[in-house]
Amino acid sequence: MAARLGLPAHLSLLRGKLTGKTPNLRYLSGNASEVDSNFYDVIVVGGGHAGCEAAAASARLGRKTLLLTHKIETIVGSMKFITSCREMSCNPSFGGIGKGHLVREVDALDGVCGRICDKSGIHFKVLNKKKGPAVWGLRAQIDRDLYRRYMQQEILNTECLTVEASPVDDLILDDVTPEHGDDMVCKKICAGVVLENGRCVKASSVVITTGTFLRGCIHLGLDIRPAGRLGDAPAMGLAKTLEEAGFTVGRLKTGTPPRIDGTTINYKQLESHFGDDTPVPFSFMNKKVSIKPEEQVSCHLTNSSTKVGEIILQNKHLNHHIREEVTGPRYCPSIESKVMRFGNRPHQIWLEPEGLNTNIVYMQGFSITLPPELQEECIHNVRGLEEATMTRPGYGVEYDFMDPRQIKPSLETKRIKGLFFAGQINGTTGYEEAAAQGIIAGINAGLMAHGEPPFIVNRTEGYIGVLIDDLTTQGTTEPYRMFTSRTEFRISLRPDNADLRLTEKGYKAGCVTEERYKKTKDMEYKLSENIELLKAYKMSRAQWSNILRECKAEISLAKTGSKLSAFDVLQSSYFQVSCLSEVPGNPFQGIVSDDVLAGRIKIEGGDGR
Amino acid sequence: MGRSVKTIYALSSGQGPAGLAVIRASGPRCSDVLKEVTKQSHLPRPRMAVNRDIFSPLSGELLDKSIVLWFPGPNSFTGDDVCEFHVHGGLAVIQAVLRALGNCEDLYQAEPGEFTKRAFINGKLDLTEVEGLGDLVAAETETQRQQALRQMSGELGSLYGRWRNELVKVVAHVEAFIDFSEDENIEGSIVDQAMESLKKLEKSIRVHLSDNRRGERLRNGVQIAIIGEPNAGKSSLLNILCKRPAAIVTSIAGTTRDVVESAVNLGGYPVLFSDTAGIRETSDLVELEGVKRATERAQTSDMVVTVVDASTLQPLIKNSSEIDDLVTALIRQLGTLQRTMDKAGSITDEIAETTRNDTNTTSQQSMVLFNKVDLLAERERKILKEVMNYLTKDQGFYICGFSCKTLEGLDTFLEMLKGTVSKLCGDPLSGNPSLTQERHRTHLELCLAAMSKVKLDSDLVIDAEHLREALRHLGRITGHVRVEEVLDVIFKDFCIGK
Repeated sequence: MAARLGLPAHLSLLRGKLTGKTPNLRYLSGNASEVDSNFYDVIVVGGGHAGCEAAAASARLGRKTLLLTHKIETIVGSMKFITSCREMSCNPSFGGIGKGHLVREVDALDGVCGRICDKSGIHFKVLNKKKGPAVWGLRAQIDRDLYRRYMQQEILNTECLTVEASPVDDLILDDVTPEHGDDMVCKKICAGVVLENGRCVKASSVVITTGTFLRGCIHLGLDIRPAGRLGDAPAMGLAKTLEEAGFTVGRLKTGTPPRIDGTTINYKQLESHFGDDTPVPFSFMNKKVSIKPEEQVSCHLTNSSTKVGEIILQNKHLNHHIREEVTGPRYCPSIESKVMRFGNRPHQIWLEPEGLNTNIVYMQGFSITLPPELQEECIHNVRGLEEATMTRPGYGVEYDFMDPRQIKPSLETKRIKGLFFAGQINGTTGYEEAAAQGIIAGINAGLMAHGEPPFIVNRTEGYIGVLIDDLTTQGTTEPYRMFTSRTEFRISLRPDNADLRLTEKGYKAGCVTEERYKKTKDMEYKLSENIELLKAYKMSRAQWSNILRECKAEISLAKTGSKLSAFDVLQSSYFQVSCLSEVPGNPFQGIVSDDVLAGRIKIEGGDGR
Repeated sequence: MGRSVKTIYALSSGQGPAGLAVIRASGPRCSDVLKEVTKQSHLPRPRMAVNRDIFSPLSGELLDKSIVLWFPGPNSFTGDDVCEFHVHGGLAVIQAVLRALGNCEDLYQAEPGEFTKRAFINGKLDLTEVEGLGDLVAAETETQRQQALRQMSGELGSLYGRWRNELVKVVAHVEAFIDFSEDENIEGSIVDQAMESLKKLEKSIRVHLSDNRRGERLRNGVQIAIIGEPNAGKSSLLNILCKRPAAIVTSIAGTTRDVVESAVNLGGYPVLFSDTAGIRETSDLVELEGVKRATERAQTSDMVVTVVDASTLQPLIKNSSEIDDLVTALIRQLGTLQRTMDKAGSITDEIAETTRNDTNTTSQQSMVLFNKVDLLAERERKILKEVMNYLTKDQGFYICGFSCKTLEGLDTFLEMLKGTVSKLCGDPLSGNPSLTQERHRTHLELCLAAMSKVKLDSDLVIDAEHLREALRHLGRITGHVRVEEVLDVIFKDFCIGK
């Protein structure tokens, strides 16, 4: 069966190793015009980050879910090199400032990406550690192969979830009947999809997470090629249906840097950057990450030279992408736009390994669309890369997206009932943004299938809420990326408390397992109990000063004034939780011995550093 | 900038009858309506006055011959399509044309202020400009008109807008440091630079705020309280100043019980005079309340004119051999008046103290008027004049002799009054525009308070929170509150590339 499916070897091996359930993988016979006797609650189209989260979330709700992807092997295809050119491949990392918040929130709703990252991360680092805990950015470099393998394993073993490799040709749309209420905008209702071979599969709701497939174009020098499924009749069918339904479409562009062979890099000339000694996992369910700190890899920093700038400026005429009118992201500019906008000075380039078992290195910050031979010339003018071999050139991609003001906060489209959009199709960029929308679309598609009210995270509850509210009310003119500066309630929407903010809400909607819910409630109880304990324990300033001396803290408290509680002294950045073990009788043993709890209490006390 | 969906209309000039009346409509249906009621197939040239007959859309009857103007959006007052009908100002004409517009499909009578609200929503005016427009329409004196016109033209708005842009930059640089410093080439020094700009901005706002409420005074009118002992002639003075018998005048002491107000245009400045009950110790409950009110009014006013019956000075003049003695006695007499007021006002000492401090900081002006100089003998007048000269020149008092009966000294008194009032209001045409509303002051003070909480010694995110709050307050004055522009600055100023 594996052979017929054309599954990659590692997946067959993987399946062999799996224990327990049989993977819910079905082979599509390809009979034309066949109506599938199966009826699904939810169909998810597209197996990228948004699609995987959506399908998994719907399945967690217990809804009969079908995930349709181009090829099984392209599940989370964006983590690999583009071969079909269908999806943009960005850098091999997950999280970051603002994005790490999203991953934590997806995890708090029992999403999959955080747990998979913890298994496949090869370099973990918490960014912004010197700033307040509200803006700590959990980030990890990910081994692409491991990530894909673990994600496939997860998806193929999820109960209620069926995966099929079949491109979608079109949607099945019915007219809205009066019983659906009178809506000025909504005239159609989505009842399923039509596959490439003409077979109809019926469902209560459909989630489209097809990324940049709509009229995608690849730019390389002056060469413009259709990307992905442009020209494919099926994709055109879906695009045409959406167009006919009256959706407004916008156009965006983005780019990717070249990859180089790591064995040809002169690392001696470069600054090494190591991950954290104690990697912080993304998932609230994990105490530590899978790959040991000593087995993790380091990244290297270099920068562009004046010569690179000269090559770029002299060859503007050979660069179609940068001359386009289409909006690219301001925060992910190509090296060309950096040179043109901010001058020919050294621009930072991070060299990030793509995995443990590959020599391929990603040049973060060096997105470029010059003709390949000029790209190579540029690379050779970067310190440490004088002899480097380019394994693949960078390129630009231009694509259509659906104006996200046409979707509701549930991510259901306003025009077609039962149809949901999630991910890049809504004008976002980034895995985390895609995953965040995916989980919300999946939950809501599942809820709608059983006529339940939508699950909405608002701006006061999470970055997910900020993301979706921004998109659905403001729309976007550039690929939308999450920043902490976008949130009004930044101080309370922290990565450390995502579980307290969202897990119970998710549990009530049905997308969170009993196990996680119990764990969160347990933590909530421990936090409030111990904070009460700390607040109730009061000593004079002189007594606290003695304790501070015992643990060699650098400050001394003013000798006068009222008594201080243990919680009060914790607010000082110099008073480490470990100092509490010096308190006579050791009443705070429970806090000192639990690192996670100790860290969280310190943050609640007003200082996390 | 979202254009409106609904089309509205209203009479924009005063209620007739008058020579002309202006009826205005705004919204997407304007072009159709204009064609419909003028029975023309095409629109007039934009912003060109044309002669058009106006017909009822129902009966087709001719309603009036009018001048019509067509302002296609966005270059119109509201930013939407606008048309104006300049019709004859008879009541029946106005009614007929309004009815005709009301009969057009999808046309709605405008709410009060709706045209201006649209201009604000469509970004044609900011909030201070809207306020300036309101003030201009309401302006009663020349200087009020000047100040309002300046504000409506956007001078105050652009001052606040400049500050806001500076603060947006500060916020953006701190936010950029938070969101991008780890990965990108952003130096920590940008935060220090931001703090420097913040200090400068803080200073500008403080200077702007310490303006003795000039603009607000000019907008709301300068409050002048007339106080003094019973029968000193306070009510007569009020009647002379407002040129009408606003207050009842009798020879009976204690005629005025309540505060009597009268608004006067004093050399282009708006002034609100308050005549008050005569101040004396009394057991009459009604009069006591009157004295209490007089005292309160004196404390809250921008200026106090104390009227003294010059004839009561006669015994003093007789008994004082030296000018100095007379001055001392006079000051003692005024002091008694003050003490009576303090006693009568059931205000506790503490409150009285703080009120006095407040009036000090807002530089309350004071003036003494010797009334009934006509009753004095020639010698007494001479002595009084010497006393006044001494007090004016050497002690900096504003003091003046006057007679309500003969109007002697009125010109001198009015000149002195005008000088003081113009000092209180400032020249609305010079210097930075003044803040004109308590609302501006409140938000600027809250903005400063938030700025001063930025310490940079612990969690930068908390400092950023204070900065965001400061920005919100500044934005509320002009009505601009957006997050996206912070990002605009970040990406303009820094090379962010992931």
